[in-house]
Amino acid sequence: MIIRNSLRQHALSTIITATSIGLGCGLLMAVWVVNFQSQRAFRNVTGGFDAILGPRGSQTQLVLNSLFHMDASPGLINRADYETFRKSYKRFYRNAVPIAVGDNFQGYRIVGTTHDLFAAEHSPGEPYALAVGDYFIRNDKQWNKEAVIGDTVARKLGWRVNQKFSPYHGLNFAEGQQPHKDEYTVVGILRPTGTPADKVIWIPIEGLQQMDGHDAQYAGDVSAVLIQLSTNTTARAFGMNSLDGIYNKGTDHLTFVKSTADVVARLFDRLGWAEKVLRWVALLVAVVAAGSVLASIYNTMNERRREFAILRALGAGRGTVFGVIVLESATIAALGAVIGFAVYAGIMAAAESILRNEIGVTLHPFEQHPVMIIVPVGLVALGAVVGIIPALKAYRTDVAENLIPQS
Amino acid sequence: MPLLEISDLKKSYRTPEGETQSVLDIPSFTLETGQQRVLRGTSGTGKTTLLNCIAGILSPTSGIVRLDGHDLATAREARRDALRARCIGYIFQTFNLLQGYTCMENVLLGMSFGRGPDTDAARGLLDRVGLSHRLHHRPGQLSVGQQQRVAVARALANQPLLVLADEPTGNLDPHNAREALQLIREVCEESSAALLIVSHDPMVLEQFEDCQDLADLNHAAQEVVA
Repeated sequence: MIIRNSLRQHALSTIITATSIGLGCGLLMAVWVVNFQSQRAFRNVTGGFDAILGPRGSQTQLVLNSLFHMDASPGLINRADYETFRKSYKRFYRNAVPIAVGDNFQGYRIVGTTHDLFAAEHSPGEPYALAVGDYFIRNDKQWNKEAVIGDTVARKLGWRVNQKFSPYHGLNFAEGQQPHKDEYTVVGILRPTGTPADKVIWIPIEGLQQMDGHDAQYAGDVSAVLIQLSTNTTARAFGMNSLDGIYNKGTDHLTFVKSTADVVARLFDRLGWAEKVLRWVALLVAVVAAGSVLASIYNTMNERRREFAILRALGAGRGTVFGVIVLESATIAALGAVIGFAVYAGIMAAAESILRNEIGVTLHPFEQHPVMIIVPVGLVALGAVVGIIPALKAYRTDVAENLIPQS
Repeated sequence: MPLLEISDLKKSYRTPEGETQSVLDIPSFTLETGQQRVLRGTSGTGKTTLLNCIAGILSPTSGIVRLDGHDLATAREARRDALRARCIGYIFQTFNLLQGYTCMENVLLGMSFGRGPDTDAARGLLDRVGLSHRLHHRPGQLSVGQQQRVAVARALANQPLLVLADEPTGNLDPHNAREALQLIREVCEESSAALLIVSHDPMVLEQFEDCQDLADLNHAAQEVVA
């Protein structure tokens, strides 16, 4: 009753303080969960492929371009190199899928590939599956101007099976640009994968290679080859090291990424400072918020001395008065933690939408994570701790002096 | 055995100049169960100090303050707090109601540290002092006389053995003062609580047969002794 009345009497300061705690709490939880889930999602986005062969250049760029469908294409592998790889080094891998990029439709990348891509798993244990329609081609001997689209493409463009479209040249869409003359038909829509594949328009690789307007001399080239190494650990290591030696050390125009997971991990390590800064900012917000609890309660102590004296005169012990203030402080922090979950939900909804639309990675805002218990409980504990300072002031209140007037 | 027994009670303060000023020196004072007595004293004669020593709010410099067999003077503070909550009701000149609380909450708060909150009992007390229609009003929404009645109800919240009243009519007009005094006497009588009032209001003094001068009781020289 005492705490409820006190919070009611100082409603405005309680709301402001609890909101600032809520911001800190929500930010902290969101930074932690977004970082954890995005790292996990990025590491899982291997499309089932362990390694990549591409033109000489940055491994990170190659991975981002080939698996995440981001960043510029580092170039092309010519037909001779591609065929040498397929024919001469078959013993080092169990599956290799070529991809070709270079066109888009309203910013959604059009990626040329073979049906083998859909036979792989987009995430560990999760194969591609069609929501509706069929795959564009069943074998490498024939191809049609058909497309299979990801879930995001279907939702954002409102496309259904039998939708017709003409690709635009380049990886980015430019207003006023004329499309290619070729017209493609959507024959299938993939189920959501929660990976960048959701925002890709897949067409037969020959379609992209032979697209109207593309230079015929590059018709047999590919942008990259996605590789599945052997599942046997020894054979896998052998294949990995052999191909590393052949391409990274033995040529000057091709790059072999021997572990896509390592490249993603290195990328996150490089971006680690940003995550650390965000975490520190969130922590700082939480600490400042805890300080504001202290300030808001401490500032009321002088006006509340008479209240404490009355409570003491009614028989409340010093410990009771002390406990009331500590509990009041913890209650404000607890209110803040409740607000924090709303803030968290808001941040996560925004982050989820941005990551899904921009990168294709899906977050799970309501998935349990220890930080969702640790942060609120920690802040309530911090609230109680900072409450000790004003509580000591209340504890020391002199009853007789503050029961005015004296006769 | 008297309900309240005071012997050789002394209380002195240190002045800012570092000298000791004696405020109370009461060789002997008793109050029986259910007895109602008024102590007459002008301002600065130590009336509030005496009540605060009896209530255990202040520790005497020396002497004995025995209430219902418990010596408040030598008891530890926590014990004094508990005894005050359970055995003593205190009515202040300025009522000392908590402004953010309703009448009901003020009385329930009085119970919180004693017998525990009892909504029915609190309602009954407020009904007894004529405030059943003001249960959820805050002190600021009440007249001064009504506030005093809430203070009376709160003082009786824990069915105390002793009610202390410090200038209970000091803030009231003569009509309200007379009514308030009557009410305090009645409710103390009904609950068999002893009543000790300190006042210099002639109206209060003339209502009591048992009236004593604090100056006769308190031998404190009221002068700097060292």
